[in-house]
Amino acid sequence: MSSVRFENVTCAFGSVTVLDRFSLQVHPGEFVAIVGPSGCGKTTLLNLIAGNLAPTSGSVAVDGNTRTVYQQDGLFPWRTVRENILLGLQHLSTPEERERAITEILALIGLENFGGHYPHELSGGMKQRTELARALVGRTDILLMDEPFSSLDYLTRLKLRQELSRMLAERPRTVVLVTHDIEEAAQLADRIVVLTARPTRISREAIVDLPRPRNATAPAVVATMHTILSEMGIEDSKP
Amino acid sequence: MGAGGLPCYSANGADSKQSSTGHPPVSSFGSRVRKCQRPMSDRPNSFNAFLLPAVTFVVLMAFWFGFTALRLAPESAFPSPQSVVRAFLGDMKDGSLPRDIVASLWRVACGFLLSMVVGIPLGLGIGLSRNARLALLPAVNFFRNLSPIAWIPFAILWFGIGDVSTVFLIFLAATFPLTVSTAAAVANIPRVHFRVARDYGITGSRLLTEVILPAILPQVITSLRVTVGLSWLVLVAAEMIAGREGLGFLVWDARNGLRMDRLVSAMIVIGLIGIVLDRLLSGLTRLPSVRWGYER
Repeated sequence: MSSVRFENVTCAFGSVTVLDRFSLQVHPGEFVAIVGPSGCGKTTLLNLIAGNLAPTSGSVAVDGNTRTVYQQDGLFPWRTVRENILLGLQHLSTPEERERAITEILALIGLENFGGHYPHELSGGMKQRTELARALVGRTDILLMDEPFSSLDYLTRLKLRQELSRMLAERPRTVVLVTHDIEEAAQLADRIVVLTARPTRISREAIVDLPRPRNATAPAVVATMHTILSEMGIEDSKP
Repeated sequence: MGAGGLPCYSANGADSKQSSTGHPPVSSFGSRVRKCQRPMSDRPNSFNAFLLPAVTFVVLMAFWFGFTALRLAPESAFPSPQSVVRAFLGDMKDGSLPRDIVASLWRVACGFLLSMVVGIPLGLGIGLSRNARLALLPAVNFFRNLSPIAWIPFAILWFGIGDVSTVFLIFLAATFPLTVSTAAAVANIPRVHFRVARDYGITGSRLLTEVILPAILPQVITSLRVTVGLSWLVLVAAEMIAGREGLGFLVWDARNGLRMDRLVSAMIVIGLIGIVLDRLLSGLTRLPSVRWGYER
């Protein structure tokens, strides 16, 4: 089923309450983006889903296994691109199957000639592609992404969004994306959850009324960006 | 693009572009022309890599020759290169020097391996377990800061003169620094590696062999280079007192016989073997799976 449900979750670090009776439901196959001001607890939400944190009270129900896509530093530097991706393929029993899957995914991310390279020999975009491939190649139910493209330049970011959309079209997953890039959220997600500053509440949910994959400049995407930005008080609500 | 991927701006190219558009060349005052330079390379070319150390060697030897040729100091206090070579050949011929070298290398090998077998697991334990760290780290730091030379009387009392004493002293010299740096390396493993490991079902002994050990290996190799040097230093001191053979004993024996030529020959052999030991371990840093730890 691969769903996530937060029910009245409170999460506090010492005297700082990050989440106060927070509720959110992510449906199977849905792509939810979470945006909000920095320090509002976006990453805390992911840590709760991944099981890195336990809530102070309330419950986080996760149905399915999760994999997190980090900002490039999640690759094991002592393993080559191929060996890193192999980590995601342990469910395949024969070496031939694994070999075929690796060749296929390397072609999908355009790194056919870099399978034997180590992460420190790659550019930021190539590392991020490898992270995506590793997370998507196996039998993951829920993909968690913590600002996966934020350290990349704009054009690389646009390209990787396309690639992510393409990979998700081939291998559909439930996705929770945390980002401060509102364009990224509007282009990629089915639903965008806008959070307030601490203690975190949902200030608005926006649904992008256009099937994925979409262009960054599609009218529905731009309209959603406007909705989010005006909700955050950055753009005038009546242009 | 110039060689090595650096962009090159040639003065000529800029000029021709200006004349073709009809603009007069801008006055050189205040303008900057970036000349195409040969890129600075991290890797010295093989000619310099060979030549520069050779120059240093020749200069040092010339000083030594000159100093002794001028007879500024008596031969007994400052032996000439010729007499050192004679002493070296003599010790080689009667087989004593090869015997001493083998004895010393054997002791360093034993002591060093023993310290790896004890120090690295101990460091892993201290790095991974908070309780082990609280219990053991102060003691390890105490022994690390205690010169192994201070143990020589006990070494002789417990193990007598010979191999066991010197191996024991090398063990003491190498184990504790190795423990501390292994523990530090474990503590420095980014948390994200453990999270990724859990995402991909790497647990138990696989966590040790597939995440923790490869993550600390570059730092451990660096530490091995430091401690093998330390072991070699301590070995000479230990053999001077607790040995009946070995390079340290040769130093002591030469001093007792007032044979400064043999002493200098032993010193040179000790220094050269030290370099070889370091080179052997620095070869490990070229393993592809640890290169990442040395790229900055």
